[in-house]
Amino acid sequence: MSIPYDDVVRFVRRYAEVIAENKEYLTELDSAIGDADHGINMNRGMQAALAKLDGMPGGDIGALLKTVGMTLVSTVGGAGGPLYGTLFMQMGMATAGKAELSPQDWSDALTKAVEGVVMRGKAELGDKTMVDALTPARDALKEALEQGASFGDALRRSAAAAEEGMKATIPLVARKGRASYLGERSAGHQDPGATSSFLLLEVAADTWATADP
Amino acid sequence: MKKLINKPEDVVKEELQGIAAAHPDLVKVHFDPNFVYRADAPKQGKVAVISGGGSGHEPMHGGFVGMGMLDAACPGEVFTSPTPDQMFEAAKAVNGGAGIVYIVKNYTGDVMNFDMAADLARGEGMEVETPLIDDDVAVQDSLYTAGRRGVGTTVLAEKIAGAAAEEGRPLKDVAEIVRKVNANGRSMGMALTSCTVPMAGKPTFELGDDEMEIGIGIHGEPGRERMKLKPASDIVEMMATAVVEDLPFTRGDRVLAFVNGMGGTPLIELYVVYNELHKFLEAKGITIARNLIGSYITSLDMAGCSITLLKLDDELTKLWDAPVKTPGLRWGA
Repeated sequence: MSIPYDDVVRFVRRYAEVIAENKEYLTELDSAIGDADHGINMNRGMQAALAKLDGMPGGDIGALLKTVGMTLVSTVGGAGGPLYGTLFMQMGMATAGKAELSPQDWSDALTKAVEGVVMRGKAELGDKTMVDALTPARDALKEALEQGASFGDALRRSAAAAEEGMKATIPLVARKGRASYLGERSAGHQDPGATSSFLLLEVAADTWATADP
Repeated sequence: MKKLINKPEDVVKEELQGIAAAHPDLVKVHFDPNFVYRADAPKQGKVAVISGGGSGHEPMHGGFVGMGMLDAACPGEVFTSPTPDQMFEAAKAVNGGAGIVYIVKNYTGDVMNFDMAADLARGEGMEVETPLIDDDVAVQDSLYTAGRRGVGTTVLAEKIAGAAAEEGRPLKDVAEIVRKVNANGRSMGMALTSCTVPMAGKPTFELGDDEMEIGIGIHGEPGRERMKLKPASDIVEMMATAVVEDLPFTRGDRVLAFVNGMGGTPLIELYVVYNELHKFLEAKGITIARNLIGSYITSLDMAGCSITLLKLDDELTKLWDAPVKTPGLRWGA
């Protein structure tokens, strides 16, 4: 199966909804180890992205994702803006000109996205950042597809790996971002960036896996 | 939450409208993207000094735009870095053809956004320098963190770099002056209370009536240590010791002593702190050659203070004394 343009639009819209629903939760996670704005900022950015969607000509998934990324860069601010902006822009560049995504296209897009986020934020696995959710999600997706799993199954395994990675940030001591200033005191709290990244992968699975036979 | 606001989401916009209404002789405000810039910009042939950061630290940075200090300031949402498009548009508005210095406080978001903005400005043919301020001695372990935060020294660097640019110094020199101020400035802060981000609606952290947090950042990030409240003399000794030992400042040094309020601290307490700091430094043989006392880099409604010491030489003293005319800081003009 493959994902048509309209389903990618549904994915972006659903992510905006989920961010809005989790705005307070993300901000609460951020107030424990950061500066209490992650949910507020991501919501502002995704709402701005939604407003841009309406004016899009449609058909080009790469252009769609790139627009989302550029909108996030100019509206989110903080570290989340450049990081999520880079994530979506890299996905956009990896899918430029495509009217539909094959499972391999999505895997390639996620790989590029993770590469971009790592380059921009210079975080490594285990630093207690969004990379801790994204990296295992990318690997699980790749592995599932290599093993011949259905796309739906691969998406669910990818989301499950992101969730595991997110939960694994709880005991970690942060080494990047504002949480790193807490040192040992950052342990015991789930990373808000890893959480919003898990939500992204969960939305991908929820939106696309259901359409899978 | 009790605040003198209309709607939480309008605070930044309405504050900027207030600045534009109050100081039309000094600054203009551009909206969407938001930046404050000198009313007489661009100054042809002068290096443009630009800074920016989250809102909530007023008068920094918008209040420091004007002759002898910043050419433009980019305010983000409260405690949130501004975005590259703001910084880029600000650069275009004040570009006098002699280059752009972006003064960047060392926070993950600020660094990433200014990096992206610098790339955009270079793409338009501007020469750009991005010197970093990371003066907070409360951050002990720079290896496993995002590094030291930029705090009080930022105000001093903006004043001194602005004076250097006003003198007509070239881009590399102005950037070098910022680095020199950063290399010779050290700060530490403390909080008596948390602050409340308007959009969050409740205090960022809880602090007991008899507790204080030493080594606090300017965004309500918890600090080095939480402890029982002590007399001002003990608090100043703790903070000043950390600052003095870090550089280190030594007998015979001449310094600029900056006692800063975090936003919710009365001036009467800042002078009590200054008095303690004066005695502490005198006993160590360190001379306060210049001082600045007041709330200049704040953290919304947080009660508390920070102490910044800058080791002065003749060059820095002269640039500090040079005329400045901004909404938040003015002398000699």
